[in-house]
Amino acid sequence: MLQKSETLRGYSLLTPTLIIMAIGILVPFGILIAMSFWTQVGFGFDLTPTVANYEMAADRPIYGALIKRSLWMSGMATIATVLLCYPMAYFVAFHVHRNKMMWIVLMTLPFWTSYLLRVFAWKVVLGYDGVINSALLSVGLIDAPLEFLLYSQTAVIITLAHAWAAFAILPMYVSLEKIDRSLLEAATDLGDGPVMRFFRITLPLSLPGVISATLLIFIPTTGDYITPALLGGPDGIMIGNLIQKQFGAVNNWPMGAALAIILMLSIAAIALGFMFSTMFVRRRIT
Amino acid sequence: MKPDSYIERTNRPLQFYAVLFLIVLYVPVLFLPLFSFNDSIYVKFPLKSFTFQWYLELLDRAPVWASLMNSIKVAVTTSIIATGFGIFAAKAITRYRLPGRGPVVGFIMLPLVVPGIILGVALLVLISQLGIRLSLYTVTVGHIIVCLPFAIATMIPRFEGFDKSVEEASADLGENAWWTFWRVTFPMVFPGVLASLLLTFTVSFDEFIMAFFLSGSDATLPIYIWGQLRFPQAFPSILALASIILVVSFILVFLGQWINRGAGAGSLESTKNT
Repeated sequence: MLQKSETLRGYSLLTPTLIIMAIGILVPFGILIAMSFWTQVGFGFDLTPTVANYEMAADRPIYGALIKRSLWMSGMATIATVLLCYPMAYFVAFHVHRNKMMWIVLMTLPFWTSYLLRVFAWKVVLGYDGVINSALLSVGLIDAPLEFLLYSQTAVIITLAHAWAAFAILPMYVSLEKIDRSLLEAATDLGDGPVMRFFRITLPLSLPGVISATLLIFIPTTGDYITPALLGGPDGIMIGNLIQKQFGAVNNWPMGAALAIILMLSIAAIALGFMFSTMFVRRRIT
Repeated sequence: MKPDSYIERTNRPLQFYAVLFLIVLYVPVLFLPLFSFNDSIYVKFPLKSFTFQWYLELLDRAPVWASLMNSIKVAVTTSIIATGFGIFAAKAITRYRLPGRGPVVGFIMLPLVVPGIILGVALLVLISQLGIRLSLYTVTVGHIIVCLPFAIATMIPRFEGFDKSVEEASADLGENAWWTFWRVTFPMVFPGVLASLLLTFTVSFDEFIMAFFLSGSDATLPIYIWGQLRFPQAFPSILALASIILVVSFILVFLGQWINRGAGAGSLESTKNT
């Protein structure tokens, strides 16, 4: 009885948040799914359900190519971010003893500030007339600006990795921090060197953090359109740009909705596949 | 554990890496303020003379002021509403035995992970189907959804950090739930509330994607900047504007994190099961 009323009180405190989230996520997604089966007629919609949008997405190679490219680019950015951030998270978890909080704040501070401006900063750095090119030119190392810096997939991947770094560090730091230090001592006492100890104790135990970091970066970056719009050029365009165009200049909302749904499904499929394969690997290890 | 334990002894290469990491993290952003004081319309080396003219130019731009006011209005409303709802949600998540807590928390934290463009177009579709005109109000709704998870994740560690028995003592001594909340719970979690207000203000103030899809004729500051990026002659004063925004954002976030220190380390832990 008491327990039941406690549950009730708990949920009543959660109600405002749940209502907002339902209005903000569930209902819009429902309509988005419905809309993906509609047809754009001028500025209105033909509500007769049809799978024409999905057929078109399957028929025209551009859509599939863009989705594949987006998944590949954000996959690259994710791998780069996780690999580069892991040592940092490890350093703060194991080697910082004083002012730990200060390090965490310093690492995560940029993440909270304007995404647009951080991407803009990379445009300034990588631009044709930008920081790197003009610095190299004035030193005399190169004769003409390096063109591959801006408007390339590399530029987008670098920027994405940089922009999401803080998001990757936190979960990995948390799971590294949780590792019981006496396990490491036990491994050492039983004869493991630092390398073996890392691969047999630290890495497997921090794997949950690595997995959440991977998903926390891969999922949102796949749909990014600001970075490719500012830095990608024609070769670096991602599916997000195409979706945005359907809701803007092209004005074909149902097609945009269908592309958004396809994007969500492909992300979900890859994320699930990734989670199952890591679960499988972990079971094999332990 | 002793700091001089052989497992945790200083590791020079790792230390070097960490410092390098922080430099790479901050340097690209620092080029914006550097070039905002450069007396040239081109953003390139070598630097010309020092100037304040790009900042002075901002003062004369009416749209900058208009969009600044829009951004402040949206961010203040968003931070108050998101933090207000966040307090109750964080209390519910930490204090009550909730069946299905995992999925519920995961659902609430969804906006942190779902690609911004998908949230944006989904809300746009809903709003247009309801026949609501795009305005600063629709932007605010979008921002509340984006900011709520941040507010909750910021305050959860605060609730976890103090003993439930203090609240029970207050109730035993005859305070009702309302006054227990105001006289015991609220003062205890106040640093978290303040941090949440500062952080959600900054997130909303700097947010671009939701504003991009949901704003009508009134632009917020990031939308104004986006529009100006097409004009090369506007570039230096946009650098100046960006520098001001970055400095203010960094200060606000730093204050927020600092007020909430001690509780911050695990603040993303609650989102880990999403």
